[in-house]
Amino acid sequence: MTNGEHATPARAANGEHAAPRARGWQAMKSRWSEMPQGMRWAGTGALVVFLYLLPNRWFYEYLWYLPTQASDMATVLFETAFFVLLAVGLNVVVGFAGLLDLGYFGFFAVGAYVVALVTSPESKAIVEYNWLADPITWVAAVPIAVAIAMVSGVILGGPTLRLRGDYLAIVTLGFAEMIRLYASRTEGLLNGDRGIPDVPHPVPGVKDATGDSLFLFDAKPYYWVVLTIIIAVVVLVRNMERSRVGRAWVAIREDEDAAEIMGVNTFKYKLLAFAIGAAIGGLSGAVFAGKQGFINSASFQLESSILVLAAVILGGAGNIGGAIVGATITWYLPEWVRGMGKVFGLSFDPSEYRILAFGLVIIVMMIFRPQGIWPNKRRASEFADRRKEVAANA
Amino acid sequence: MDVAGLLRDFPELTLTGLEQGAIYALVALGYTLVYGVLKLINFAHSEVFMIGSFAALWTWQGLGFVYDAEAAPLGSFLLAVLVGVIAAAGASALTAVTIERVAYRPLRKRNAPPLAFLITAIGASFVLAEGIGVYTHRAPYGMPRLLQPEVVFQLGGWKFTNTQLIVITVTLLAMVALDQFVSRSRLGRGIRAVAQDPDTSALMGVNKDRVIFLVFLIGGLMAGVAALLWNILPIGVAKFNMGFLIGLKAFAAAVLGGIGNLRGALLGGLLLGVAENYAVGLFGTDWKDFVGFVLLVVLLMFRPTGLLGESLGRARA
Repeated sequence: MTNGEHATPARAANGEHAAPRARGWQAMKSRWSEMPQGMRWAGTGALVVFLYLLPNRWFYEYLWYLPTQASDMATVLFETAFFVLLAVGLNVVVGFAGLLDLGYFGFFAVGAYVVALVTSPESKAIVEYNWLADPITWVAAVPIAVAIAMVSGVILGGPTLRLRGDYLAIVTLGFAEMIRLYASRTEGLLNGDRGIPDVPHPVPGVKDATGDSLFLFDAKPYYWVVLTIIIAVVVLVRNMERSRVGRAWVAIREDEDAAEIMGVNTFKYKLLAFAIGAAIGGLSGAVFAGKQGFINSASFQLESSILVLAAVILGGAGNIGGAIVGATITWYLPEWVRGMGKVFGLSFDPSEYRILAFGLVIIVMMIFRPQGIWPNKRRASEFADRRKEVAANA
Repeated sequence: MDVAGLLRDFPELTLTGLEQGAIYALVALGYTLVYGVLKLINFAHSEVFMIGSFAALWTWQGLGFVYDAEAAPLGSFLLAVLVGVIAAAGASALTAVTIERVAYRPLRKRNAPPLAFLITAIGASFVLAEGIGVYTHRAPYGMPRLLQPEVVFQLGGWKFTNTQLIVITVTLLAMVALDQFVSRSRLGRGIRAVAQDPDTSALMGVNKDRVIFLVFLIGGLMAGVAALLWNILPIGVAKFNMGFLIGLKAFAAAVLGGIGNLRGALLGGLLLGVAENYAVGLFGTDWKDFVGFVLLVVLLMFRPTGLLGESLGRARA
C-alpha cells in the first residue's frame, strides 16, 4: 500500500484491496473496457481460439512450462474444463443468489446416472424393468438428464428454500450423500458398486482423419465438447445475470426481507437459481458419463462438492470470470505442481493434500479476502459495508 | 417390508436404538447450543466428535489398553474409561474452542454475512477430517474391546446389556447436569440471555465472547463423552471421516427436537436412534443411514421448528 492511499481514509474504509498488484489489475481492466468494441471482440475471439488449440501437442509444447509435465495435458484440460463447468453452475447458486449448496455433486450424480440408465445396453431400466425398449443415443439422453436433474433440484429446493438458508446447506449435503449411499449399497436400479458399464461415447458417427471414431479414449474431443458447453452456458448465465432475474438475485442476496417487501418473489427466484445450478450439475454429469463410459458411486465423493465450492469462493463468488479462474486454479494447479516437482526431482502427490489445502484456503479467504481473487464488484462492496457497520457496533 | 421381523425383534431394536440415539443426542447438544447462541450450524462439530474418538484410541494404545479377545477386568475397565473420557472430552473441547478462536471469532469481528460462517465451518470441517486422514493414511482403526456386551438383567422379553445401561445412564446424567447448569447457574443465565438477545445482554453486562467460548466448550465436552461412549460400543471403529454421518444424524436429531432446545436434542436423538433401528428391522441394514435424512426433510416440510420448538432463550431450560 502506498502512502497516497493511506491519505484517503474514504478509500481505506471502503475496504478495497489496494495492493499495488490490484492497481495494475484495475488499470488493465479500465484499459480493456476503453478499447473499441471490435478490439474487444477480437481479444475474446483470440482467447477462445487459444483455448480450442490448447490440447494439441504441436501447440502446447511451445508453451514453456505451462503444460503439465507429469500427466497427459489433454486429460488434465478436460478435467479442468469439466470442473470449470461445475463451478460456473454452482456460482449461480452460491454467488448470484447467495444460497449455500453443499451437495452439488448430487445433481451431477443424477445427470450421470440418468444418461447411463437410458443409454447403456446393460442398464436395468432396459434389461430388467423394460421402461425403454432400446437404449437411446447419448445426444438424445443429455436433455433428459438435464431435465431430471433440474426437477430433482426443484423437488429438493421446494420444501427447504422456504426456510432459513442454512437448512438448505445441510439438506443438500445429505441429499448428495444419500444418493451416493443408495448407489453404492443397494443392488436395485443402479447396480451397487459394480455400477453401469457400456455407456456409449458421444456422437460415434464423427470420424477423424484415420477413419476411427473421434470420441474414444483421447481426451481432446471431450475437452472441445465441454469447452463449447461452457461458452454456451456462460453466455446464458451472463444474460440472466444482467436481466431482471439477475437483479432479483442481487436483491435477495443483499437483504431477503427488503427484497420481499419490494415485491420480489424471493422463493421463486431462489428456486430458479437452485434449479439452474442443478441443471448445469446434471449436464456435467451427463458429459462425464459419456467420457468415462462407466458410472458407479465412486465417481462422486463428497469432497468433490466441497472442492467446487472452494473453487467458487477462491475465484470470487458472484463473478463468472472469478468462478472460472478459481476452478482452473483448484484443478490445474495441483496437477501442474506435481509435474514441476518432477522437473526438480521431487516426488510427492499434491492431490493427496488438495482438500486439506483448500480447506485452509477457504478459512483464510473468508477472514481476509471474502470476496475472492477476482471479485464481483458489487459483492465486494457488500462485504466492505458490513465491515464498516461493525466499527459502529464495537 | 418385514413387519413380523420388526415385531419379533422389537425389544432389542428399541434398546439398541435408545443406546445409539443417546450418543446422537450428546453430539446434537453441540449443534443446538451453538445454534441457539450464534444462529450458526457448526458443521465442524462432527469433526470434534471424530477427534475425541481418536484421542481416546491413541491414549488407550499409548497406555497399553488393548483387549481383543476378551473383556478387561472391572478395575482396569474403569481406569480405561476414566482415562479415555479425560482424553476424549479434553481433545474435543480443545478442538471446538480452537475452531471458535481461529475460524469464527475473526469473522464475528468483521461482521461477516452468515454465508461466510457456513463456508468457514465447511472449511474447518475438511481441514480437521483431512488432517487426520492424511496422518492416519485414511485407514480405519478398530477400538480395543474394553467391554464384552452381555445381558445384565432381563424384564420380560427385554434384555438389557451392560453397554446399553452405561451409555443411557451416562447420557441422562450429562443431560440433567447440563440442563441444571443452563437453567440455574450464573453462566447458564448468560447463555440464555445471549441466545435471547445478544445486543441487550451485552448492555446488561454479559460478556458475549465468554458465553460463546463456554458454549463451544460445553459442546466439545459433550461430543468427547459421546465419542468415548461410541468407542465402547461393539461397532466402535475410528476413521478420519467417521464424523460425517454421525454429525448429519446428530444435526437431524437436533432439528427433530427443535434446534436450540436442549431437551429437544435428547428427545430428537432418542427418537432418531429408535426410528433407525426400526427401519433396520423393516427394510434391512442397508437403509439405516437414510432414516435420519428422510426424517429431516419431512420434518422441514411440515414442522420446521421441531417437536419441542426452537428457542434456547425462551425455554426455561
